[in-house]
Amino acid sequence: MTPQEINALLSAACFAGLAGLTLLGALLAALCRRLIYSVSGLALSFIGLAGLYLYLNAPFLALMQILVYVGAVCIVILFAIMLADTQDEQSGRDRRATLTAIASFLAASMLAVALFLMIRGTTWMAPAAPQNTGSLQDLGHALLGRFGFAFELISVVLLLAILGALVVARNGRDTPRD
Amino acid sequence: METHFLQASQQLPAYLIIGALLFAIGFFGFCRHRTLVGMLVSGELILAGASLNFVAFGHFLAADRVAGQAFALFIMGIAAAEAALVLSIMIAVYRNYRTIQTRDLKAMEG
Repeated sequence: MTPQEINALLSAACFAGLAGLTLLGALLAALCRRLIYSVSGLALSFIGLAGLYLYLNAPFLALMQILVYVGAVCIVILFAIMLADTQDEQSGRDRRATLTAIASFLAASMLAVALFLMIRGTTWMAPAAPQNTGSLQDLGHALLGRFGFAFELISVVLLLAILGALVVARNGRDTPRD
Repeated sequence: METHFLQASQQLPAYLIIGALLFAIGFFGFCRHRTLVGMLVSGELILAGASLNFVAFGHFLAADRVAGQAFALFIMGIAAAEAALVLSIMIAVYRNYRTIQTRDLKAMEG
């Protein structure tokens, strides 16, 4: 084997591994009854997704995916699970739960098959001539230039979400006892 | 077929199929889970599938290579805000009902 062939093989193996990690984590998140396992599966899936972003030439996005999703969102969900002392989902031996699981599995698999057929059947347009390389520098210029308004709006939304979360979570709490 | 597999990471449909599967798995989990936390986790999976699609289209087809990445970053911001809000709502619900099982939250039942 020439070095190029070995390179291609390794790259394809890494891609397959990352795709498998993403889907395996997603399955864990969807199937586990224990919420801790669910959130762990979500973190696993996000790490695989960050690897896929690297393949798509978006290293900044991959880092943000790990920083924001794995580092912040998953940890916050874990905190909430521990704070609310949630008992895990009761084992679904009753008939209604089984029916729900079967129905949602059927719906989801029909959705997946339809999307798969659509993706296979579509001929995509020819790639447009790139205006920029998609490097981190271009991304920074775009975020503070063309997408500046959306960027600022997102920060307002985040601020409002923090305030709203504080108000909602504090409401109904006993007044301090001191 | 072997070369096809070897070049999967350079082809748009591979990413689209992964995104579609993430969406379908998230949808399945959203219907199946019976706690608010489980539904939130599945919702995050659906959003992840959407952002993978955006980044893949931006990388392979768009003239503006940056647009897909920027949109995925915006989705990330919205998802973080959504998670914070949903968790605070969940804590408020837990304080009032002592449970987050969705079937027990039926005060508005007719």
